[in-house]
Amino acid sequence: MFMEQQPMGIAIEQSINSRYSYWVREALDDLPYNFTITDPSIPGHPIVFASRELLKMSGYSREEVIGKNGRIFQGAKSNRRSVMEIKQAIREERSIQITLLNYQKNGTPFWILFHMFPVFSKEDGRVIHFVGVQVPVTPKPRRSGSEFSRIQVNLCDNAAFLGFCRREVCSDTVAELSRIPNLDLAAEDTEFNDTACKVSDLEKQGANSAMGSILSMLTHYSQLTGKLVSEKRCCSSYMSGVGASLNTSLGRIKQSFVLTDPHKTDIPIVYASDAFLEMTGYARHEVLGRNCRFLSGEETDLSTQLQVTNSMQTGKACTVCILNYRKDRSPFWNCLYISPVRNASGKQTAYFVEVQMNVNNYNEKQQQNLRPEMMQLSVVAAVKVAVRTSGMIATTSN
Amino acid sequence: MLRIKRVPTVVSNYQKEEAEEGDGFTGGCGRNCMRDCCLPGAKLPLYAFRKHDKIESSEKKDPPFAFLDSLLLGEWEDRTERGLFRYDVTACSTKVIPGDYGFVAQLNEGRHLKKRPTEFRVDKVLQPFDGSKFNFTKVGQEEILFQFEASKDGEVEFYPNAPIDVESSPSVVAINVSPIEYGHVLLIPRILECLPQRIDHESLLLALYMASEAGNPYFRLGYNSLGAFATINHLHFQAYYLAVRFPIEKAPTGKITEFNGGVVISEILNYPVRGLVFEGGYSLEDLSNAVSDSCICLQDNNIPYNVLISDSGTRVFLLPQCYAEKQALGEVSPELLDTQVNPAVWEISGHMVLKRKQDYDGASEDNAWRLLAEVSLSEARFQEVLAIIFEAISCAATENESLPDEDEQDVEDVDDALNNGSHQNAVVAGKQECIVQH
Repeated sequence: MFMEQQPMGIAIEQSINSRYSYWVREALDDLPYNFTITDPSIPGHPIVFASRELLKMSGYSREEVIGKNGRIFQGAKSNRRSVMEIKQAIREERSIQITLLNYQKNGTPFWILFHMFPVFSKEDGRVIHFVGVQVPVTPKPRRSGSEFSRIQVNLCDNAAFLGFCRREVCSDTVAELSRIPNLDLAAEDTEFNDTACKVSDLEKQGANSAMGSILSMLTHYSQLTGKLVSEKRCCSSYMSGVGASLNTSLGRIKQSFVLTDPHKTDIPIVYASDAFLEMTGYARHEVLGRNCRFLSGEETDLSTQLQVTNSMQTGKACTVCILNYRKDRSPFWNCLYISPVRNASGKQTAYFVEVQMNVNNYNEKQQQNLRPEMMQLSVVAAVKVAVRTSGMIATTSN
Repeated sequence: MLRIKRVPTVVSNYQKEEAEEGDGFTGGCGRNCMRDCCLPGAKLPLYAFRKHDKIESSEKKDPPFAFLDSLLLGEWEDRTERGLFRYDVTACSTKVIPGDYGFVAQLNEGRHLKKRPTEFRVDKVLQPFDGSKFNFTKVGQEEILFQFEASKDGEVEFYPNAPIDVESSPSVVAINVSPIEYGHVLLIPRILECLPQRIDHESLLLALYMASEAGNPYFRLGYNSLGAFATINHLHFQAYYLAVRFPIEKAPTGKITEFNGGVVISEILNYPVRGLVFEGGYSLEDLSNAVSDSCICLQDNNIPYNVLISDSGTRVFLLPQCYAEKQALGEVSPELLDTQVNPAVWEISGHMVLKRKQDYDGASEDNAWRLLAEVSLSEARFQEVLAIIFEAISCAATENESLPDEDEQDVEDVDDALNNGSHQNAVVAGKQECIVQH
């Protein structure tokens, strides 16, 4: 196939081969879509694969594209705001669908519906690749002469700038709208803009089915190398609110505990230890994002449950013994110790730590051991230290 | 006589009361203290560590629980719950200061409140124990986390409720009620013997064993001599947990010599405070002996110093200092004095506990460096002190190993040491002087 000349050539080639095997390239090329695959873990976030159809459409050779950043397709009139939004999506590791003015190699601009989505490692939840599908947006019939057409394009630029062409207008974009001077002009001409770069349902469907096919192909070929990928993050740390460094520190604490985030709606679990999962029988993705009360069941005393909620609302530590249920619905007495944990600035409660203890296991403890209460306190201690430390270091890197 | 005025650190709740009452303590008690009045029948957890011969010991049987993570931090959190600390240290803002070294700053406004400055004599490193002053036998038993001693049968043992055996004078680990980080404790060797703040072989080895038992490079022990910002003249080491590397631990070192028992002695380079690093050794005792011989030499020569026991007890920093002396002589700039930072072992190691918000907000590597540079001995004085140390420890080592025979090898080692370290001007150790000295 091809050999890269770039110094990062090997890394770029391995990016695809080591994850999906060499054979995936041919299969991907047979797909009737314009798309690129980029690797955010390589410096510069380069394109590591470009489909045959895309090359045909853009007029570039494969060698000219591989190793370059996706920016290669943008030009003078590509809207900066749209490009920023794509960057933001990359940072937040989420998918995005947005219209964009791209350029062919010979300088001809063309509208596309750009649909980008992350591909995750099944093993640790890291983003392995981003796939960027480019669906050409069929030019609409022009209403009048060339003068009008020019204005139309400009307004459309503005429209993209203002976010009107996107399916969803997110709230922060709306907030920013007010700061844009020619908002009124654009707003009055909504209809106009919509006509200019409207994306038909057919095009959206096209993007979605491309995504489906590419994903299933990548997933299938990742089975050949054993390094599975998936479209959803199925791993703990990254889905949760705790960062990677805190996640690592917390991973060293062997006892059963969860961290909940009082700053999020309904105080969801943002970290669950392996021992917690073992004790309750749930998988990690089944508990993250949920309020702890899902462990309760028919016989759980509601007032005890309320005590836990109150403790969190008032930011106080508390100890309760509550009847909980495992995933298989078998009940167990859970002696729960709940304590607020401050962040490194010391000013506010960053998390609550809930340390579980299955009281039915008391007798198995050795003679020469610490009291179970002490073991619980030691988990609180370890969590406090971990949160405080990761916060200190985070402060620095900012 | 040189004195400085400073706000003493309140390490025990009973120290505070005492200060408020004015005059010392008047028996009869009921405070559950560590003295004859309260000791009969008293019980405390006892942790017996396994004495091992080698620093690297792999065939250890798994202890029932983790010494540091479970016992020490768990007991500490328990005291937090019981409200024994003067403030919540996790409510004190902390950060790593941007820069090459990563000095750590903490804003601790509460630590020195409500105490009047007291005069401290700083020109005598060794002072006799004074039972009328605050000492650790006056702390409440609730402030003591556990007794800490070597196991008799060679395995880790733990007794949740062990009687306090007055005869064997237990060493204990107590909380510092004014913690500067999470898990801040005091190791008080043979507490009932009422030893003054003075390093001896046995106590330093105990401190090394504690670091080793914790087995975590982020749990360090420190020692301040009198005249180097120790405020209590009752033998104690401090320790706490802070999960970042200290700047002094990152500083490069230049090997001066390999000493008896395989202990390597190096000089700290590119760091504002001049000092020595001891590491290696065939056993923990070898390392401990080299360090304690050096400490004993410094205190006998009335040179104030600080000690940092790092890397789980495998690396020990020895830092002679002269800040308090300069302060007493009026040689420290008012700007530095205004910060009220007392450069004890933790500050010297790079963990700056700041008392004023403006100092915390404006904390920079330059500021930290400027302060620590004042703490350090001058190069000339440092070389003098090195010569004194090397002379003393080579003699001590020779005595330990081969008295009354003379050992040529050792003499060569000493010469090498001095030459390698380019201390040609130093006094060359000779046997005669050794014998005279000891």
